[in-house]
Amino acid sequence: MADTSDIKKGFKMLIDGVPYAVVEHQFVKPGKGQAFIRTRIKNMMTGAVIDRTFRSGEKLEKADTEERTMQYLYPEGDSRVFMDTRSYEQLTLTNEQLGENVNYLLDGTECDIMLFEGRPIGVTPPTFVELRVTETEPGFKGDTSSNTTKPATLETGLQVNVPLFVNAGDKVKIDTRTGDYVERVKG
Amino acid sequence: MTAFADLTPLDILKLRARLLRSIRRFFEERGFMEVEAPNIVPSPGLDLHLSAFEVNDPRGARVGWLATSPEYQMKRLLVSGAERIFQVAKSYRADEKSALHEREFTMLEWYRAHATSESIMGDTEDLIQHLTEKGDYPLFRGVKGPWPRYAVEDVLREHGGVELDALTGDDEAFFRIWVDQVQPRLGSDGPVFVTDWPASMASLARLKPNGMADRFEAFLKGIELCNGFGELTDADEQRQRLLRDQADRRATGKPVYPVDERFLQALEEGMPESGGNALGVDRLLMLLVGADSIQAVMPFPEDRL
Repeated sequence: MADTSDIKKGFKMLIDGVPYAVVEHQFVKPGKGQAFIRTRIKNMMTGAVIDRTFRSGEKLEKADTEERTMQYLYPEGDSRVFMDTRSYEQLTLTNEQLGENVNYLLDGTECDIMLFEGRPIGVTPPTFVELRVTETEPGFKGDTSSNTTKPATLETGLQVNVPLFVNAGDKVKIDTRTGDYVERVKG
Repeated sequence: MTAFADLTPLDILKLRARLLRSIRRFFEERGFMEVEAPNIVPSPGLDLHLSAFEVNDPRGARVGWLATSPEYQMKRLLVSGAERIFQVAKSYRADEKSALHEREFTMLEWYRAHATSESIMGDTEDLIQHLTEKGDYPLFRGVKGPWPRYAVEDVLREHGGVELDALTGDDEAFFRIWVDQVQPRLGSDGPVFVTDWPASMASLARLKPNGMADRFEAFLKGIELCNGFGELTDADEQRQRLLRDQADRRATGKPVYPVDERFLQALEEGMPESGGNALGVDRLLMLLVGADSIQAVMPFPEDRL
């Protein structure tokens, strides 16, 4: 059993069966009064951040979570198969579990996968991925302005807006936190 | 006043020295005598929420504890006839660590015999006036006594939306609302005093005719700056309270420190009606220079030792 003295940034605890990660924490003690640990904690299932104040010394239940680096291997029906880069253990995630992240997976892409009691609850792809454009209106030669954009489809099926000079066959860098185009890359 | 970010460690060291010098001058000009209570004491105070460092000799036998405040010994000096005393005391609290807490910190404590808590609040206002009138300290601009005084009951209602009566007997519920909703909002426009605390939250203060403890605290920007009392002088009542504090400590599994019998003996001999205050010097310096932690104004906080 853990208690409030274990609280630090990233500490994971179970509250009503739900895993929460500590985002911020602060020791507060009024004169002549009970000490508390004031925290902001993130629900690891939904991402919602809440404030919670614990009595100093309060017992906490540690959440059985584990983050593993896994490499994307191949699709399988409505799912995607990953492999732990250390243990070579394989794990299958449904496209639904992956959500938006399904759009950033290329053969060999390494993701951090958060497991809670052995079940995957979160996937963090690399911050930037490079994907090839499969379909877009032909570009205008010489137009290097990036103020005007046009829709493009990338090799994973992701739809993004790209500048007019980007052509089918080009490779582009995408920020996976926002899903936005960053720049055209060579290759 | 230079912005805090532009101050060098040497600047801060000089400001600390100047602050200590100004504090001493203030009290000496008002007829106070500087005293030295010991750091190793036979009882570190029995407040339920204080934790003390035990001191052992090289053979492992207990010598005492590090003082959490110089209160018992300073009160004994009042009984011995010293009427106005102050001390800048290193004090120790074993499990307090945050931007506003160090386990070893500097406390300014002073007492006046034949005085009330009201006169000690006056001293506090005058002290801050004295310390800030010659410089430009942004958080203290335009601060003049008397500072606003609010009863606990009123700030609890205003900021916490709760009646004090509804929390009687549940100090944890009180403090939860206090730290989350009330204290952060106290003193946003300059220092304020909060008075009339529940009797259970001031073991060494006398009771007022309204049944509340004769205790005050000052707050600035949500930070507690000092804690003062109209002192309890009744030896029997004091013994009862200390025994109750011991029982509370035992019941919650905390170390049970001894009752300081010489302190009680002094009260039996007759302590004059007195008022006293304990003010955090590190917090005061932090607020003066606009730092965001006491560690930033200490030459050797624990993490940089």
